[in-house]
This record gives sequence, C-alpha cells and structure tokens, in this order.
Amino acid sequence: MAPHRSDLWEREDTPPETTPAAPPVPPAPAADAVVLPAIKDAVASGVITGLLLLPLVGFRATESGSGPLTLTYRFGLVAVFALLVAGLRLVLNLTLWRPGRKIRDNRSAGLAALSAKVAPAARPAFFALALLYPLLAVTLSGGLSPSRYWVDLGIYILTYVMLGWGLNIVVGLAGLLDLGYVAFYAVGAYTFALLSTSVPLNAFFDAHVAEGFWASWSFFVCLPMAGILAALWGVILGFPVLRLRGDYLAIVTLAFGEIIRLVLINWVSLTNGGAGISSVPAITFFGVPFNGNDDGFAARFGLDYDSMHRMIFLYFIILGLAALTALVTIRLRKMPVGRAWEALREDEIACRSLGINTTLTKLTAFATGAMFGGFAGAFFAVRVRFVSPESFTFMESAVILAIVVLGGMGSQMGVAAAAILLIGGMEMLRNLSFLKASFLFGPDFDPSLYRMLIFGFAMVAVMVWRPRGLVANRMPTIFLKQRKAVSGALVKEGHG
Amino acid sequence: MSATAPATPLLAVRGVKTYYGNIIALKGVDVDIHEGEIVTLIGANGAGKSTLMMTICGAPQARDGTVRFAGRDITRLPTHEIMRLRIAQSPEGRRIFPRMSVYENLQMGAALEGGSHFAADLERMFEMFPRLKERIHQRGGTLSGGEQQMLAIARALMSRPRLLLLDEPSLGLAPLVVRQIFDAIRLLNETEGLTVFLVEQNAYHALKLAHRGYVMVNGVITMSGTGADLLARPEVRSAYLDGGH
Repeated sequence: MAPHRSDLWEREDTPPETTPAAPPVPPAPAADAVVLPAIKDAVASGVITGLLLLPLVGFRATESGSGPLTLTYRFGLVAVFALLVAGLRLVLNLTLWRPGRKIRDNRSAGLAALSAKVAPAARPAFFALALLYPLLAVTLSGGLSPSRYWVDLGIYILTYVMLGWGLNIVVGLAGLLDLGYVAFYAVGAYTFALLSTSVPLNAFFDAHVAEGFWASWSFFVCLPMAGILAALWGVILGFPVLRLRGDYLAIVTLAFGEIIRLVLINWVSLTNGGAGISSVPAITFFGVPFNGNDDGFAARFGLDYDSMHRMIFLYFIILGLAALTALVTIRLRKMPVGRAWEALREDEIACRSLGINTTLTKLTAFATGAMFGGFAGAFFAVRVRFVSPESFTFMESAVILAIVVLGGMGSQMGVAAAAILLIGGMEMLRNLSFLKASFLFGPDFDPSLYRMLIFGFAMVAVMVWRPRGLVANRMPTIFLKQRKAVSGALVKEGHG
Repeated sequence: MSATAPATPLLAVRGVKTYYGNIIALKGVDVDIHEGEIVTLIGANGAGKSTLMMTICGAPQARDGTVRFAGRDITRLPTHEIMRLRIAQSPEGRRIFPRMSVYENLQMGAALEGGSHFAADLERMFEMFPRLKERIHQRGGTLSGGEQQMLAIARALMSRPRLLLLDEPSLGLAPLVVRQIFDAIRLLNETEGLTVFLVEQNAYHALKLAHRGYVMVNGVITMSGTGADLLARPEVRSAYLDGGH
C-alpha cells in the first residue's frame, strides 16, 4: 500500500464531546403555588365531570318485562368517575404537568441502558420461566386439576408467541407486510385434521402397520407435512405477488387469507364446510395415549390418571415448537440468507445491485414464515381437536401482526413480550369481576366485552410512547469484537 | 496514466435505447470502457446519465442495442446475475442499509465474493476510509452523508469488482469530502488498476479525474474525448462549468 495513503485521509478534527450547558431553569415555584392551584383544578374538574355525567350516567331507564319503564339511579358510579377524574388531574398537575418541571432528555437513554443490561439475561430467564411454568401453575394453584386454566392459558399464549415469531420472519426481518398470515395457520390445521381423520389412511395403516397406528402417530407424521404444505402455499402465493411492494403486497396477502377461508367454507365435500372437522385424534405421548386404560400414559409411568397430563404434554410440545422457531430464526439471521432478508427490508434496489436475487430471497422468507404458521396450525388442530373456518378469520391475522408490530419488528424478545401482554392481558380482562360490584357497573357488566376497546387503547399507548415497539433495540447479528446494541431511537419510526 | 486500449473494451455499450413506458430516455448510446480506465459521463439533470448506468445493470433493460461486458452479452440478464459478473455499483443516493451496522453493510457487499477474502478486504477498506473503522458498530443510517458515501463505495468494493459503477458520488457533499472521495477513486485506479465508470454532475472534478469523458444531452452522447480535452472545450465550459471554478 502506498505510504502516502494515510495522510490522504486525515481525520477531520472532531471537537471533544462537550455537554451542552444546562439551560437556565426557572426557579421552581414554591410548594403552595403548585399544590393549591392543583387541588383547586382537581376539585373543579371533578365537579364538572360529576355534573356532566349526572344525566348521562346517573339515571338509567330500564324496561322491566312488558311493564313500564323504571328509573334506576347510579349516583355511585357518577361519584366514582368524578373522583377518578379529580384524582388523575391532581396527580398529573403535581407530576407531569407541574409548572417549571425540568424536562429530562436522558430518560429514554437511561431506559436503553437498562434494557441493554437486562437483555443478555432476558432470553435464558424467559426460557427457564417457560420451562418451569407448568410446575409453577400446578404448585401455586394447588393441584393438577385446578391448574387447568393456567396451563391452558400458557398453551394459548405460546401458540401466539410462535405465530408471532413465524410472522416476524416475514414482516420483521424481510419487511414484507403480510396481512393473510392466518391462511398458513389454516393450511397447517386442515392438513393435520384432514390427514388424521382420513378413512383410507386409517384403514391402510390398520391393515399394514398396526391397529390404531394412524390415530396415535398421525400428529408426529403430519406435523412436518403441515409445515411443508404451508411453505408450499407460501411459495404459490409468493410467486405472483412478490413483485408487489408495501401496500399492494398487503392487500393481496389480505385477499389470500380470505380466499383460503372461503375455500374452506365452500369446498364442503373435502372440508365439511362451516361445520368443520371434529373428532380429530388427540395427541399421544409418542404413541402412548393419554387415557385411564392399562396401556395409557398414566399406567405406564405409574401415575394416577389425570386429564391434565395431556395438557401439560401439549404445553411442552408448543414450547418445543416455539423454541424451534426462535432457534431457526436466530441461526438464519446469522447466515447469508437471513442477512439478505434484513438487507431486503432496508433497500431492495441496493440488494439487487449487490447481486442478491431478490425474488428468491423474498420467497424463502415467505416460505419459512409460512412453514412455522403451518406447524402452529397443526398444533392448534391437535389441541382443540376440532377445526372450522371460524378459527381463521382476518382478526387472527390482525392480532398476530399487532403482536409483531407492538413487540418491535425483528425483535424476538419483544414479540414474545407483546404476545404475553396482548393475549394474556385480554384473557385477564375476563377476571375483572370486581367491576361487577353493584355500585360500579352492576352484575350484568361483562368486562371481556371491552377487550377490544382496551386492546385498541393499549396499541395507541404503545405507539405513542414506544413508537418503535416494546423492544426497539436491535443487536447486530454480526459484530467485530463486541456486540453493541443500537438504539431504535436514532432512526425514524418504522425503521428501528 | 491513460491506459493503452486493448482490442475489446471491458464494457461496450452499443446503440442502446431505453424507454420508460413510451418515453424514450436513451436514444441510441455508444460508450466504451477499457480495462484500467476511469471514464466519466457528465450531463445536465434529466439527460439520461443515471438511466444509462441503470441500463448497464439491467433495470430497466435496454429495448434496443447491446451491452457487452468482457465479451459477453449482458443486455437481457437479470440485475443480480449481471452483478455476479463482478460489476459493482454504488447507486445514486447511496442506498446503504440504514438499520444495519457499518460492518453488516460491508458484509452484505461481500455476499457474492463468498467471504474468503473478507478480513483482508475489510482491512483494505478501513485503511482507505479510516472513518468507517471508527463507525464500525454504528447503524448506517446514523452516518453523515460523506461517511455514507464512503460506505457505499466501500460496500461496492468488497465484492472485488472488475468494473465499479459510481452514480453521483459527490451528491450533496461538502467540497472537502468530495475531494476525499475522488482522491480515493484515483488511488484505487492507480494502485489496483480498478476500472471505474463515473456518472457526475460535478463536471469539473469528474473530468479532471477521468482519463476519458462523455457528455450526454437528452439521451444522446454529444461529445467524447480525454478528460483534459473536454475540459478545454468551450462548449463544455459554457454548458457545465460556467461560473463554477
């Protein structure tokens, strides 16, 4: 190398980092000057709220059968609302809206530093918790049967974690907006349901292998097939549409999701239409059925029969599938194809100018994401033992996409956290029975009806405060000497 | 420095016509680039300079005429296959990957090369652009304009190209940074014999740097000659250099 090269590229002198001088802070007003107006304001807004709500909420005309309208009074509820508003305003006036309050810029930086510290421990901690979850559920709820609800909830959440991770490959890594992901979920579910209930297949294996072989082994045989078929459908969809970008791709995938559902409804001879396919065989412990018979799981392992054994086994199956999704994604991200996905999301033209076959890259992303959707679908079918088109509506796609977006696109831990918050949170809303107290909403009130409303509020809140998703940091997949997180706050929304 | 022209040019553009829909952008363009040369293409906005560069890369493909690289007809090849013949491009507007780190950007550049020379090439790039080494873990999108341009060039060079296509590397950069970038191009050409095709608005610097130059007006090559020759011509001076230097 030419010796003069180094001086060609002399560094421009960068001035030493100086912390900007703190702007002059107006002297904080005396406590009285803050607290007194705050209380006044709170009382005033409480009174106004009470007056406003008195006619709106305080009186309620109810029809009692065929009789006349009767007026019920709900002054307690009005008082609760008024107090809520007054209290909230008081708190806000004293904290966020306090006059002369210093605005700290380093709050998000502190948060980023904290999350960077927590991040390395988060993954093993999360996995360990997921492994121990059934044990915790059984111990804390005091027995196998009482823990049914909690284990079921865990299975439910993990299904969405897995779906989120699968869609994350397509949306988060490759940047292809897919609004019809549920189609691949449906393909997986129907693949397993149709194959396992197929009469000729059952008869064939009864005749050639062993009686009842297909019913007990079909899940393990069909699981890879469900993934492969879903991936195949991903390729079939991908070929014509992947020249589209952004909004256009989203619309076509949306349509694809609906088409699959309509086909499932209308192809009655194959799918039994809207009635769905029932009596899908239950999962077995690798051929050993979960029942009370002498050759059942409990008898073989010297346990007392309990239907929860099957649930706990299902839990570990979905945990394994989700872990597989995560591992494959992590591995792929380190491989050229994974990096090509990320580059594709960043800039398609630049990718092509570096010699990357963008069509092939998109197809692999689509097919890989679809495959995990198919796995999850097969699992869904074996868990519920019943599939019908009703389970695969656009709402499902929307929820999965919301999980990916809220979690911070591309971030595995973020997606997992978002799935737990959204699915677990929506489930928790069923348990808000204190709202049924007579002075609040009355016994007829069903909090779960408000799930979607609260869901919407939560999405708005996340997008306002963490516009780049819950986990906005992105660890470089490859690095020179040390891994350094790069905060999403440094780039514009939707790119961090 | 002017290279002795071998019999067949490395890149030969012959009678290329490119359309955007019904609108003709290139009306039959001939350009030759020989091994070891720096060739520049100058012209006003909308003359078709970038279109010619993109046509060489196959997006859009020429509707008429041929593009031959190292004797092979590449007119109808898809872009990624053209790039695999070891033509590297630093596209207009840099187009680095904003969310990926500098290191990852460079690794993407070496995607074709297979990684066997990666460490050595990386060192080479850092020697040429020490700034990038300081910024190695930063996201591409957080770099300054000049650093992004350096990254775009370095990323293109990571594939060990036979021909480097540079589309307006001076766009939006301070004069000092432009000089740095042009110095780097000259150095690469002198020390490693890199062949460069440079599309530029900055006619003065480009013509001073290049061995030969072409002037494009409304999709047609109107003048060609050595860089110094074109610089001296009054019509070039009045059209592209007036009031400048």
